[in-house]
Amino acid sequence: MGSLLQIENLHVSVEGKSILKGVQLEIRQGEIHALMGPNGSGKSTLAYALVGHPKYEVTAGKIEVDGVNLLDLDPNERARLGLFLAFQYPVVIPGVKVADFLRHAVSNIRKPDRKEGEGLIPMREFRKELRERMEALGMDTEFARRYLNEGFSGGEKKRMEILQMAMLKPKFAILDETDSGLDSDAVRVVSEGLQKLAGPDTGVLIITHHERLLEFNKPHHTHVMLGGRIVESGDSALAHKLHEEGYAEIRARHPQAAAENAAHEEALTATTAS
Amino acid sequence: MSGTIAAATLPPSFDARAFEQFVSHRSEPTWLTERRRQAFSQFEELSHSSLDEEEWKRIDLRSFRPERYEIRNTLPAQSTFDLLLADRTEFGGRVTHIDGCTQASQLDGTLRKQGVIFGSLQDVLQAHPDLLQDYWMQRAVPNGRDRFSAWHAAFCTGGTVLYVPKGVDVEAPLYSFIGLASENAADLSHTLVILENGASATLLEETASANPDLSGLHIGAVELLVGDGAHLQYVQLQNWGTKVCHFAHQAGRVAGNGSLRWTVGGLGARIAHIHQDVFLDGPAAEAQVNGVTFASEKQLISYYTQQTHAAPFTRSDLLYKQVLRDRARGIWRGMIRVDEGAQKTDGYQRNDTLLLSGDSRADAIPGLEIEADDVRCTHGATAGRVDEEQIFYCMARGISEMEAKHMIVEGFFQTVLDRIPVEVVRETLNRAVEKKLGIERLQGV
Repeated sequence: MGSLLQIENLHVSVEGKSILKGVQLEIRQGEIHALMGPNGSGKSTLAYALVGHPKYEVTAGKIEVDGVNLLDLDPNERARLGLFLAFQYPVVIPGVKVADFLRHAVSNIRKPDRKEGEGLIPMREFRKELRERMEALGMDTEFARRYLNEGFSGGEKKRMEILQMAMLKPKFAILDETDSGLDSDAVRVVSEGLQKLAGPDTGVLIITHHERLLEFNKPHHTHVMLGGRIVESGDSALAHKLHEEGYAEIRARHPQAAAENAAHEEALTATTAS
Repeated sequence: MSGTIAAATLPPSFDARAFEQFVSHRSEPTWLTERRRQAFSQFEELSHSSLDEEEWKRIDLRSFRPERYEIRNTLPAQSTFDLLLADRTEFGGRVTHIDGCTQASQLDGTLRKQGVIFGSLQDVLQAHPDLLQDYWMQRAVPNGRDRFSAWHAAFCTGGTVLYVPKGVDVEAPLYSFIGLASENAADLSHTLVILENGASATLLEETASANPDLSGLHIGAVELLVGDGAHLQYVQLQNWGTKVCHFAHQAGRVAGNGSLRWTVGGLGARIAHIHQDVFLDGPAAEAQVNGVTFASEKQLISYYTQQTHAAPFTRSDLLYKQVLRDRARGIWRGMIRVDEGAQKTDGYQRNDTLLLSGDSRADAIPGLEIEADDVRCTHGATAGRVDEEQIFYCMARGISEMEAKHMIVEGFFQTVLDRIPVEVVRETLNRAVEKKLGIERLQGV
């Protein structure tokens, strides 16, 4: 049996506002899960809470990997345990080269007890591996020398996230709308890249509005989020159906969650508009 | 304003009697002694008037006690320094000063045969008594600019001179070291670089204290004179201990089609104030100015920079990056001046500050004064904390919070280091930053 990521009755607030209201989810290494749902349902909140963003406050419930409580751990410790988030909006780090950043990241993940200043993985070995991974993802190796995400196009940023996943080989990868804002070529590249990576050693949670990513990475399980909880789960057919028909039926079956979702979505719109 | 207040009397170590004694011990050409006398009377006069409000109002000089310091006439018996640049590459020549006295001077024989002069001020004055007369505090830094430039001109303890004849290309970098090794020693050293037309050279200079607890004073001047089509690269790493006061006038003049690449590293000193000028005198002259400063504890590091465009098609490009930690204070006041005739000028100045603590403070004031009508001048200043989202992103990749911060700070400096073509300088500044951040390399990388 591979590792198990367990999310139980998870409640999360952001700036005092309750967003997740009892999320229940189990992901095993080797499984692909799709997480779908309308705007404001809490999908990204779940992603951030899992990796430990300080603004996302867990008010109840638990997150465990093989029984280890993640809530007591900093984001870097969670990463060292094998958690990975492909960011919806990857952050620019000026002046830090992709290769240097990744060499530090890889060294920490592979030597979880490493302290700052201690040895990094050997340069030659690292370079070789990085070059191979970049070539496999169809990336120009010149990117290794560029500053992390600086001046990258949307597609390049997303591909960089997949490259990081390839180098860090996480046990559990959460992909937060990795397919959004990309043209169809870029979506194909990212999907194929993920397909190569998602094997028996990786549990994947794909958060998406679209179906493209799922065509290449057929989910074993599909979950629908509404109003801060998972209201329905099914197999890959559910993802297809939701993509075809939208969330009207789901809303009708879960009026309470739909109402909470609508209220939250309205608040989000108001904040954005102001 | 306490900082600009006039002094009632001159400190005994720098008064009229001290001055007479100082000049009587130096065997210098008459022109220089006369110039010192003139400078001394300016020093007396300027000491009784306030410093320029605009330049000095943010600098608190109350803790600066000139009477504490004195000029040394002899080298200390023994001193060792932890140097950043000294042994990092092959130099074409080196000159070292400790406590204002020349310790050593050396120049590659081939360069000497080509007519290159590189040595201590005293040696150069002795061998070529008239060579410097038209240059020394005549073109770039005037005696009477303010109290400190007059003080320097009157009591100048020596310094480093580089002269490169017409068309000579000095490939290997030259090295100059200025050290302080005795308690309360005053160093008033001068750096004078003259590149004749079409010449080129690189001079790397660093300052350091023999131990971090030594109190000391540096009142310096740097004059960089770049001829037609000549190219100078000059680096000064100020790395004094944190009980040193550093005041300096530094100016470069670039003639037509010439270029000056000037990098300053501001790491040490308790109070450091540098007045830095670049003058673009001839058509198509260029200057690039890079600043890397990192202040911690209670350090105050201040720059007053001016880029003066006096001819058409000139370009200046100044980028200062500063990091402030603890209760440190950083001040930068910049100005681009464009004279009426300097059409098609391209001037740029930017200062970015990263604050690593809530108690650190930055003032950055860019400015433009433009009298020509067909120019492109841009300026900017930013100041901010380390971005929390950047830290989180690094942490999400397994990097600890502290290591992430260090990485982000090094990245912040990287964009200015990228502009420096000399690898040893980039590496050295990087190491200096790591050291200041407290990163110890436990194992080789």
